[in-house]
Amino acid sequence: MKDEFKPRIIGFLCNWCSYAGADLAGTSRLQYPPSLLPIRVMCSSRVDPLFVISAFLRGADAVLIAGCHPGDCHYQEGNYYARRRFACVRKVFETLGMESDRLRLSWISASEGPRFANVITEYTEKIKKMGPNPAKKNIFL
Amino acid sequence: MKELVEKIRKIFSDEKLELLIGYTKGTLPLRSTPGLIESADEADKLIFDFTCCNNLAKYLVDEKKRSGNTHRIGIIAKGCDARAVVQLVMEGQFERENVVIIGVPCKGVIDPSKLRKKLNGKEIIKFKVNRDKITLFGKNFELELNKNELFSDSCLSCRYPNAVQYDYFIGEPSEPLGVRDEYASVDEFEQKLPEKRWTYFEKEYSRCIRCYACRNACPMCYCEECFVDRSTPQWIGKGNDLSDTIIFHIVRVLHTAGRCVDCGACAAACPLNIDIRMLGKRIEKEVIERFGFTPGLDFETEPAMATFKENDKEEFIM
Repeated sequence: MKDEFKPRIIGFLCNWCSYAGADLAGTSRLQYPPSLLPIRVMCSSRVDPLFVISAFLRGADAVLIAGCHPGDCHYQEGNYYARRRFACVRKVFETLGMESDRLRLSWISASEGPRFANVITEYTEKIKKMGPNPAKKNIFL
Repeated sequence: MKELVEKIRKIFSDEKLELLIGYTKGTLPLRSTPGLIESADEADKLIFDFTCCNNLAKYLVDEKKRSGNTHRIGIIAKGCDARAVVQLVMEGQFERENVVIIGVPCKGVIDPSKLRKKLNGKEIIKFKVNRDKITLFGKNFELELNKNELFSDSCLSCRYPNAVQYDYFIGEPSEPLGVRDEYASVDEFEQKLPEKRWTYFEKEYSRCIRCYACRNACPMCYCEECFVDRSTPQWIGKGNDLSDTIIFHIVRVLHTAGRCVDCGACAAACPLNIDIRMLGKRIEKEVIERFGFTPGLDFETEPAMATFKENDKEEFIM
């Protein structure tokens, strides 16, 4: 179909786990939808809420942050801080009346290539069902 | 007032203070202005009453930026000011030894924006206070109000009217006003449908002219360069685009998450009477429920966002 909705998902992937996981998915020739726009960051706690909010309010349909599993962080404890921060970001979205499901935090390790492909496929499907980011309509036009 | 001045004179010389931050009489009725006192003789300028709405901790940070961390500074602190000072010390903004907290009992302070709303453009010349009532006199009008009608929303639901941590306390500790339950407005707001909530915030924030008065009045906003002022990268534009305004408000709330002491300085500073507190209050509740942290109560607990527990709830992670 010509005008089928293709979600744009901005993904902040941690250099040590999730980015390597994405790499593994690639080298294993796993198929997943081309909806993710990956941005490599050194740690999931490097993701300032500002990045997320900016991405979202400037037209991304969803934002995914992916990092190492708790306890596996390359910097020992970065992802624990990210988790706390993210809880607040989610709450802000809920309070504002925006769909907090458009934000997602996932733990994906370097060896979880298939899981990475799964997460992207599943999340893309979900966002497809939810439709385009309403902020686009509400704020920009 | 006499007791305050005399005790402060004594503290000034006892503690060998170089500067004291307090309130002095404003030039307009019902307004006070923050005053910097540099010697004990000047202490008789000081006042403290229900017009003292600024959060003085802000000036402590400014003073430190101006003169380094070596000055010994005294600060007259209501409950919220003292909590802000504690939080700033916990964040390493200045040394505990360099600040002398002088607690004063607070019985609520006026919110200038509420006053503005009530006056509707008219000017007052004088006022008279009679217990809980306050009468405003202006040209050709007289207005009798309940004090509670003018008090800041954060005062009406304040839990800590007296400084929790202090070096000196002047006067008798006062009771919380307790007019409103702290999170009643937030809970009520949450019952609304998401669309209604969004419409509400859209309406509020679209009025914002981004003067950044809320940021400038906030004791917790002390970054050398705020993200909104940066040009490389330019996070938000300079125009009055709604998405820029909303980014500013959301990120301001997230930057003060777990640090905000709800002094109401932002709301009082807003020239357009925008409801700035609502979103922050919800996050404050979230931080208490999730991480069990209330900012500014003691010098031991690590601030919520600067620490973690391995078993923090993560029901939102997929």
